[in-house]
Amino acid sequence: MSGSGDEPVTMSGRSLHPGAADGVVLALDEPLSFWGGVDARGVIVDAHHPQRGVTVAGQVLAMQAGRGSSSSTAVLAELIRSGHAPAALLLAECDAILVIGALVAAEIYGTSLPIVQLTGDDLARLHTGTQAAVLAHTAPRPATVIAKTR
Amino acid sequence: MPGDDALALTAEEESMLAGEQGPATAMCMRLIVGVARANGAERLVPIESAHADGCLYHGVAGLEFTERLVSLGARVRVRTTLNVGSLDLLHPGLVRAGAEVTENGRRLMDAHVALGCEPIWSCAPYQSGHRPAAGSHVAWAESNAIAFVNSVLGARTDRYGDFIDIAAGITGRVPYSGLHLQGNRTAALVLDFAAVPAALLDDDVAWPSIGALLGELAGTRVAALTGLPGDLNDGGVTEDRLKALGATAASAGGVALFHVVGVTPEAPTLDAVLAPGATTVPVTAHDLRRARDRLSSAATTSLDAVSLGTPHFSLSEFAALARELRDGPPFASSVDVFVSTSRAVLAEAQARGYADAVRDAGGRILTDTCTYVTPVLRDGIRTVMTNSGKWAWYAPANLGIDTVLGSLAECVASARAGRVVRDERLWG
Repeated sequence: MSGSGDEPVTMSGRSLHPGAADGVVLALDEPLSFWGGVDARGVIVDAHHPQRGVTVAGQVLAMQAGRGSSSSTAVLAELIRSGHAPAALLLAECDAILVIGALVAAEIYGTSLPIVQLTGDDLARLHTGTQAAVLAHTAPRPATVIAKTR
Repeated sequence: MPGDDALALTAEEESMLAGEQGPATAMCMRLIVGVARANGAERLVPIESAHADGCLYHGVAGLEFTERLVSLGARVRVRTTLNVGSLDLLHPGLVRAGAEVTENGRRLMDAHVALGCEPIWSCAPYQSGHRPAAGSHVAWAESNAIAFVNSVLGARTDRYGDFIDIAAGITGRVPYSGLHLQGNRTAALVLDFAAVPAALLDDDVAWPSIGALLGELAGTRVAALTGLPGDLNDGGVTEDRLKALGATAASAGGVALFHVVGVTPEAPTLDAVLAPGATTVPVTAHDLRRARDRLSSAATTSLDAVSLGTPHFSLSEFAALARELRDGPPFASSVDVFVSTSRAVLAEAQARGYADAVRDAGGRILTDTCTYVTPVLRDGIRTVMTNSGKWAWYAPANLGIDTVLGSLAECVASARAGRVVRDERLWG
């Protein structure tokens, strides 16, 4: 991996759910449970989360892992339905609870929220506020994330 | 990173995927296969039972998915019990949900029953007659139930949630990955409690505190806990402690499996569960106090309500509560006391007089749902005391209230006094 600085770099990852998205990166400092942690408009409400009050809606959400309740699946599917979901999810660990939310939304509403597994090192290079382009093919084929790093 | 599709399906599974067993089974198999590919699973594994939590209303998406399954003629093919819903169907006056949740929450519960699921409506199915055998593969949802069935019963489930739980019940399959694999069930982290005084570990508030610490330190990793007392054949005391520990660890971290060495079925010895290169962290009484205090957001001793039974109160917990209430004064009129439980446990508690003891003291018993997932507490409530680390973890965000974590005895003493009463002697 090279090209730090002003030039965007291309990171290779593993597709967990197919889709394509462009958006602004929101890099979470700690894992987030969608259930109990995010309200109906995509705002982080988890009292323990350092980024409480920030919205995940429309963002390229980067976090090491999901956390907490298995009800996060339904919350993600509902955010997708209502248009308040992140544009893409970038994770260091595969999280089936989030993947299934994207799969069900695809079945019922025909949406395609990309979910990509990156290495922890690549994920740590992504910074809030930078533009990112995400392209994920059908799992488990490769995926790419193009973003500026520093 | 794996590139090519490594997933191999049996002829039966291919038949389900191809739609030969109906469109609902095909849709559910697409979900199972989609997760299997994401997980990098090489095959699927048959399951013996499922526990589904998609019956709690989170919005239109879940309702439309479930009603789609019903309209396509789906039925579960393995035993599938149901987690809590948004309503108390036995005591409809207790839940003060708005029109959408009342209407759609009921439709969602009915749709799950129409799929052939057992309406036990409990987040503690393991204490309402659903106890899978050690070593069996199951598909369970609800994070506390996942932690319990893996850790305390020794059955094998990965972390399932809404939709994949019912899809597993309908197809009878899950990806052979995650905690279904023996190699993923070993402990990368050891927490040693040998230095914590026995008297502190005998206080029930120690156990959600241990859970909070475990969740914080382990995250999603499997941990082994050494130096803890316990006997799973002691009539429910150890089981209820590990239930509280697991529920809090699953909320505060992403813990789906922990081993208590010498107590839980997969860990007769530390060596039996130790992963190569595991690290050991010694735990002190101070660490536990800090974990307990993190679950108490209230700054004053004023108190509006007490909530017990998250996860759902067991019969042995009802017995302990009835003992605390014997010969004592009723709860203060200014404090609302709720106990959440399953209808099966309530029937037993009723037969033994425990339920009347709670009601005579002024408490109310809620079934089928829980006080933190649906509106039960009256408006204006600011501070709630609970013996549940899970409730204390989620309530500040879900309900916008302050919490105090205490033992069952402290919760009762506080409800009687009308203010927070805690016995700090043990905590130093």
